[in-house]
Amino acid sequence: MIKYKIFYILFLFTFLIKPLSAKEPSTLIKEIVDEASIILSSSDPVESKIIKLNNIAEINVDIDGIGMYTLGKYRKSLNDDQKIKYKKLFKSYFLKSFSSRLVDYSDPKISVISEKKINEKYTIVNTILEATSKNPEIKIDWRIYTKNPERPLIRDLIVEGLSLARTQKEEFKSIIQNNEGDINYLFKSLEEFIIK
Amino acid sequence: MKKIFTIFLISLISQVLILKVFAGSDGVLKANNELKEQSNEVKDCFETVNRGIFAFNQGLDKIFFKPVAKGYRYLPKPIRSGTSNALSNLSNIVTIPNNILQGQIKEAGINTLRFSINTTLGIAGIFDVASYYGLNKLDKEDYGQTLGTWGVKEGCYFVLPVLGPTTVRDSLGSIVNFSGGDAWYNVTIANNTEHFENSDYYYSRLTAGVDFRAKNLEAFDSLENNSLDLYASVRSLYLQDRKRKILNLNETTETMNDDDWEEIDTQ
Repeated sequence: MIKYKIFYILFLFTFLIKPLSAKEPSTLIKEIVDEASIILSSSDPVESKIIKLNNIAEINVDIDGIGMYTLGKYRKSLNDDQKIKYKKLFKSYFLKSFSSRLVDYSDPKISVISEKKINEKYTIVNTILEATSKNPEIKIDWRIYTKNPERPLIRDLIVEGLSLARTQKEEFKSIIQNNEGDINYLFKSLEEFIIK
Repeated sequence: MKKIFTIFLISLISQVLILKVFAGSDGVLKANNELKEQSNEVKDCFETVNRGIFAFNQGLDKIFFKPVAKGYRYLPKPIRSGTSNALSNLSNIVTIPNNILQGQIKEAGINTLRFSINTTLGIAGIFDVASYYGLNKLDKEDYGQTLGTWGVKEGCYFVLPVLGPTTVRDSLGSIVNFSGGDAWYNVTIANNTEHFENSDYYYSRLTAGVDFRAKNLEAFDSLENNSLDLYASVRSLYLQDRKRKILNLNETTETMNDDDWEEIDTQ
């Protein structure tokens, strides 16, 4: 009887503790797009939309990873304090930039077309932003970091073949280079953008 | 015209010399990503001057192109689509020779058919009848892209007044347009024909600029509002776009240098 009870408890556990399953990158994008679309088409005030969009980004975007990538060669020269300061500034900068880019769209229609696994760490999800009366159709590819398949994260958006992360990286590099390699000028520019 | 040819030849020779320098450095084994990145980098040789011209172009955009593009947006959609189609059809006369020069014979055939059908049945290209017959629109090609596919490096990046970002290679490509490579330029400006005026060429170029600006009003605003250094962003986008067009890539994954991403480990 005891054996039977133990078996029964173990059997229940197998259902109660649902194993973490790998999430397909295209499913992730579809979910995010649908969620963002509901927020953007709602009648909520802009501030509320921004908060909700930022929540989506914080959960699904590898903000720290993008921040380190955009620093390029300069990430190796940061000390620990600078690293902490940069991460904090970059996160605020990213979220402000992300939400202000999106909030202008009232009801974007994005369809997932396909996905391509580049290697164990990366998958590219191809999507299309449908044409509107003002804008033509736009191809958007999402670079998904899949090292942990249970928690895929977005690392880049490639709009019509143009990488946003790469553009940002070259922008940051230009600011540092034009100020004698002083990273503090980048911090200053980020701070100015955040309080703007 | 002789002067243009002389300038073209001098530029071409200097470009070849620059290429030799690049070729000389190719043999050196560059072990780390930093060096790889540097070797792929296009030099902004006159950045201070370029930033000045860029600021001038921005001013011109604010007082002319942007307001005109906004006005253009108010035109009925069929008029805007028709204009866009006609300009796209006209661009085929530069794309077709470049398809051939790049060895894209099939694409050259499709574009020739598209041009013939749309110019006749599509009434000067206003209607894209060819797409209806299954001949879908292909990417545009120009002489700068052809030079790129032949292995000519970009050379310096610079900004031209009104025309905007370019490189030495792309400027050489534009010179070919004015030296007989663009049939539209030939029939409007280079040769006196009864059918076209010089102004036809300038109007078509101006309309193409306004059409492009109108299609990208929101994108430009967003870029402007979210850039810490707009000049650097535009330079990066221009160079990425040219690279992608030269490689004729539809798959964006190949345009990326993954080395830097591979180093970033946050999981």
